[in-house]
Amino acid sequence: MSHPRLTNAYLEPLDGVLMSDEIKPGLKSPFRRKLLQGMVALPAISLLPRGAFADVPATSAVNTTGLAVTDTEVTVGILHSVTGTMAISETGSVEAEKLAIEQINAEGGVLGRKIKFVQEDGASDWPTFAEKAKKLLVNDKCAAVMGCWTSASRKAVLPVFEQYNGMLYYPTFYEGLEQSKNVIYTGQEATQQIIAGLDWVNKTKGAKTFYLLGSDYIWPRTSNKIARKHIENHLQGCKVAGEEYFPLGSTQFNSVINKIKLTKPDVIYAIIVGGSNVAFYKQLKAAGIDLSKQTLLTISVTEDEIDGIGGENIAGAYACMKYFQSLDNPNNKTFVPAFKKMWGEKTVIGDVTQAAYLGPWLWKLTAEKAQSFDIDKIAAASPGVEFKGAPEGYVRIHENHHLWSKTRVGRAKADGQYELIYETADLVEPDPFPKGYQ
Amino acid sequence: MFGDYSLGDLGAIFAMQGFAGLILFSVYLLMALGLAIIFGQMGVINMAHGEFMILGAYVTWMTSNAFQHFVPPLFPGYFFVAMTLAFIASGSLGMLVEWALIRHLYRRPLDTLLATWGLSLILQQAYRSVFGAREVGVELPDWMMGSWQATDAIQIPINGMFVMGLTILITIAVFYILFLSRWGKQVRAVVQNRVMAGAVGINTEKIDRYTFGLGCGIAGIAGSAFTMIGSTGPTAGQLYIVDTFLVVVFGGAASLFGTIASAFTISQTQSTLEFFLSGSMAKVITLLAIVVILMMRPQGLFALKVRK
Repeated sequence: MSHPRLTNAYLEPLDGVLMSDEIKPGLKSPFRRKLLQGMVALPAISLLPRGAFADVPATSAVNTTGLAVTDTEVTVGILHSVTGTMAISETGSVEAEKLAIEQINAEGGVLGRKIKFVQEDGASDWPTFAEKAKKLLVNDKCAAVMGCWTSASRKAVLPVFEQYNGMLYYPTFYEGLEQSKNVIYTGQEATQQIIAGLDWVNKTKGAKTFYLLGSDYIWPRTSNKIARKHIENHLQGCKVAGEEYFPLGSTQFNSVINKIKLTKPDVIYAIIVGGSNVAFYKQLKAAGIDLSKQTLLTISVTEDEIDGIGGENIAGAYACMKYFQSLDNPNNKTFVPAFKKMWGEKTVIGDVTQAAYLGPWLWKLTAEKAQSFDIDKIAAASPGVEFKGAPEGYVRIHENHHLWSKTRVGRAKADGQYELIYETADLVEPDPFPKGYQ
Repeated sequence: MFGDYSLGDLGAIFAMQGFAGLILFSVYLLMALGLAIIFGQMGVINMAHGEFMILGAYVTWMTSNAFQHFVPPLFPGYFFVAMTLAFIASGSLGMLVEWALIRHLYRRPLDTLLATWGLSLILQQAYRSVFGAREVGVELPDWMMGSWQATDAIQIPINGMFVMGLTILITIAVFYILFLSRWGKQVRAVVQNRVMAGAVGINTEKIDRYTFGLGCGIAGIAGSAFTMIGSTGPTAGQLYIVDTFLVVVFGGAASLFGTIASAFTISQTQSTLEFFLSGSMAKVITLLAIVVILMMRPQGLFALKVRK
């Protein structure tokens, strides 16, 4: 910070004033002390904005709507579940966002202001998310909020962000069918994640029959719907051999595994989440389905989930998403060690964690482009903002507030990491309302 | 759906499906045995049952790490040590909880529901603080992985058979303890008439404590065994609690035979329906059937005849 240094600089002439004061003993009154204080303060105040923050725009210029922005600080919110069921998944996002904020501050902050964060716990409960979102926007006046993980929590806070005009950076890959001025979606929407992966498995593995599995809620169901449309309408001679859903938290998969054995699909397409994942892959392995021979493609298992499943249980499966910890590019090579340095050698970084890391950076870049923290200006300036330092490579914000990003296929190894098998040549355009897929 | 398959294929699938049902049966029974003792015999609605199971799972995870770290050659056999430790850990915690919490609430069954639900939240957060919010992966020795190739087409999961064997052993042990040992006789006496049991010289407090501990200990073993098939995380216990209560209530609260019969009925219905319908629909239909049966027979499948 340059503020204290500046004050010291103006103390030196002040010493001179005091010394000369000793020579004139006549002025020993309270009034004189006040006068002196005033003299100290005067030059400092008048010179502050010009001298110290020559490249820093005035607060009145960057914040016209009463957000929590001072001359030196800007407040953002972090809103994730750190207690309850979802803490398993959201912990990584919180860690990534804090790392990004720390790095941005080390570089000098946003528009000359350090980022200060207020963290709230959504406690895996959707009404709590809405309540905390309101608190972050109304009481804390956060300039941006990094948060939410499940679609349910996002749907719960969306009206709050629209009503109080906040800015949410949402990290999870999700089902699409949504677009808001007040949200930037840093994860992939369903078509980005699904179509490239299906094309790849069809082309390289010659896959013709697909067995679709999922946990029973909106994301797997919408995703499988898109997958089914693509398989039936766009892939030559391909068909869906079966489609099944299991209640969230289901731990018994032996019956469906038998059905899979009976139908012998070329590809098992699995969108199972949470604790069910662990049960599914353990039972798949126990039932003698060898993933080095049976192709399994998932869009729901990141490195984070493999930690719980056990690498040896899922080795050989393919995952289709935009980021793997093992990606070999210069950005990722600095990101991974920095993350591990901050959060421990053993932590793993999954797709969503990386997407969460993008949030604060994209917001910083947008604010600098807009030269303002005002929500409307941020929303308007977002399309076209590009982040060249993204661990996944290069990303750019689309007019629809989603990201252009590459889609990648990785193969799980026994050590819990993915090995990159395929990536799209170009960035894939986000299409949250895909025509012909609904 | 079977038109395209040969008879051999179908035979193999039905054999494997039969085993899937039996494995589910063992899982349900193992989950429910501990609760059948606590809820069935003592009348305590223990909502923290799942958390006692997860304690067993975490103990297994720690044991596995310890063996890998200190005595790698003995790793293949660690699971037996882990199950013993899980029993001791969950059992001791159970006795502690009985002493600190449950014994003050014996005459207020609905309050035990609230108190143990609170306890379950406390335990979940404790696991989260101690072991982290993320799930942990329990590594299994090689011999417990994979499947046994019965014929060319029939594969039976080894861990499923392990759970089955374990369930049989524990069921036999529970029956021996409750129905053949002197201690079991005292337990049943206390259940039937606490005052009279006290009057003839049975230390009812001690009996209560050990019974509760035994139930929790069995939950710990179940949790340990389920690391083979399910996940181990702070809230994983919640995945089991509904099914567990379902089995015990459906079977008739005070009857161990009822628990077995109900575990068998529910698991067979569920696994057969799952095969012909989808997972979610199977669950819906199973639950509906249970609701209807309980409406007609509120006391469950089997009920002890007691003079009211």
